Parts: sequence; structure tokens; C-alpha cells
Amino acid sequence: MKIIGLIISVLTGAMLVYAAADFPAWSDPSSPASTYLSPHFIEKTMEETSVPNIVTAVLADYRSFDTMFETAVIFSAGLVCFFLLRTTRRKESETETTHYRHTLTGVTIQIKEGHTLPPSDEFERIDSLWTPSGLIIKTSCRLLVPFIQLFGLYVIAHGHYSPGGGFQGGVILGASIIMLAISYDLRTIIERISEKMVAVLCAVGVLIFSGTGALCLLLGVNFLDYNALAPILLVDPLTARSHAILIVEIGVGVAVMTTMIWLYCNLSSAGKYNQGL
Amino acid sequence: MIWQLDLAILTLVVITGIGALMVKDLLGAAILFGAYSFMMCLLWSIMGAVDVAFTEASVGAGVSAVFFVAAVFRTTRRTKD
Repeated sequence: MKIIGLIISVLTGAMLVYAAADFPAWSDPSSPASTYLSPHFIEKTMEETSVPNIVTAVLADYRSFDTMFETAVIFSAGLVCFFLLRTTRRKESETETTHYRHTLTGVTIQIKEGHTLPPSDEFERIDSLWTPSGLIIKTSCRLLVPFIQLFGLYVIAHGHYSPGGGFQGGVILGASIIMLAISYDLRTIIERISEKMVAVLCAVGVLIFSGTGALCLLLGVNFLDYNALAPILLVDPLTARSHAILIVEIGVGVAVMTTMIWLYCNLSSAGKYNQGL
Repeated sequence: MIWQLDLAILTLVVITGIGALMVKDLLGAAILFGAYSFMMCLLWSIMGAVDVAFTEASVGAGVSAVFFVAAVFRTTRRTKD
């Protein structure tokens, strides 16, 4: 079976390389894509959308229908991971045990389900599988997280002018929270942003994007034709396109950020949400 | 475009790609895949596609490597085949 797989992949690869020889050369000015499509975007983007970064304008304005479903795909990825992994029921034989450490003496005690902790505030909950990182890692991560989040917000908001946008900024924001989970533990981030909140925000992100499109439809133009939003945003139609791009980028950012957290929580705790990496 | 740099990065892309497939330790495969993504990111930025390079760096080399490590943490570190 492995031999057949090897033969098939080698044959496919050889065919791909053979076909790639017929592609137009890299940065060939006479290739079909550079003859009519790219010049239009390069010449007209600034006067049609007032966005200097052509990639952002193509992604969120000219090809926004495509980007909307990309966001929907990311949302469905989070949803599928949730439905596959999340478990709320336990087996009868399994009983929930939690571990606590006495902070002054370092003694670890194990509490079975149904029993309660001795009345003292000198116990901290610890994971049974995961050893938390040391003080240096914890402190440096805690100091870095705000700056990473600020950079993520900058990437989302500055997508008009520099590389970046909703997808990259959302991933950076999500990664900052995942970093907090790795340096502390999973419960730290679940306390800050609950599972329900993550799921709702994920859907809200997609809703912002599709709602912007539906609003254009309600105002009597085509789906995602941002010019129609000018009376609502109180600007001229040209600036309205630029502002609407920012709105949909924020929607993408929210959806991507929460999907990353959602995927991470479900993967690292095997759907139990009690403890994890 | 400097062809020596291009060639070196392309070689590393092939090496890390094959390495990620061949290595028996799944944690090692996840790290090699992160290295592969980072090399692809460098390749994109050499070709001038800065937006794609940014996405590759954040998604490919950053978050997906963490997801692989989380999955390895919850399953097994050795491959069965």
C-alpha cells in the first residue's frame, strides 16, 4: 500500500513539475494576469477605494465575497473542533479529582469529587498533567502579552497602509492569549474569556462581516458594495469604502482571534476544559 | 533577488519538508513543520509578497505549531507507522 502511495505521489509530482514549465515566467509582464487585471488594480485602487495597500483593497473590497467565506471557513473549523472534541458527560467509573498545593509548605493534596477543601486561602489549584513554567517565563510572558496585543490591534487597524489585516492581527491577538495559557495554565485564560464568550464572539465576527454586506443589500445596492454605506458612516462614498474595509477587518480579526483560542482550549484539554497545556 | 540566498532557502524548505515527513518523533515533526513554514515565509518575502509572508509567519510558523504541540501533548509522541 505504501509503495502504491509513493508511486502515485511521485507521478503526480512529476506531472505538476511538467505542467509548471508551461506557466508564465515569474514577474512576466505579458502573462495573462499582468495584462489587464493587475494594471487595473494598480492604477484604480487609490482613486476607487482610497486605500494605499492594494492587497488589502483586493482582499476586503474587490474580492470581499471570497474573504467573507474564508472567515466562515475559519468559524466552521472552530465549530467542528468543538463538536468533535468537547465532552460534557463523563464515564461512570471516572471521578473528578483535583489537586491543590499548600503554598506555604508545598504539600500537595488530592480532593475527590464530593469532598471540599479545608477552609483556608493558602491553597492553590494545580494541574495533574502539566507542570507550570518557572517564575522567569511567567513574568516575561506577562510583560510581553500587552505589547503583543497592542501590535495585533495595530496590524488590524493599519492594514490599509502596511502589510497585515484582520487575519494576521487576529492570529497575533489569539497567540498572545495562547501564550498566557502556556506560561500559566489553561484555567487562567478560561477565567478571563469564558468558553461561551469565545463561541459568541466567533459568531459575532462573522456576523459583522456578513452584516455589513447585508446592510448594503438593504440600502438598495449589491451585496458588499460599500459605497452605499456613506450616509450611515457620515462620509463621502469614497471614504466609506475605506472605512467599511476597516469594519470588515475588525470582524475578521474578532472571528480569527476567538477561533484560535477555541481551537487551542479544545485541543489542549481534550475537550474537558479542566486542565491542559 | 539574490540567487544564492534563494537557493539556500529552497534547499532548507525541501530538507525540512522531507524531515517533517520522515521523523518518527511527532514533537520533532511539529517543530520541523514550524521551521518549514518559516522558510516559506522567507521565500514569500523574497518574492515580494509581504502580506502572504506575514500570514505564513503568524499562522504557519506561530499558531499551527502550537496546535500540533497541543495535539501531541494529548495523544502520543511516537508514530504508529
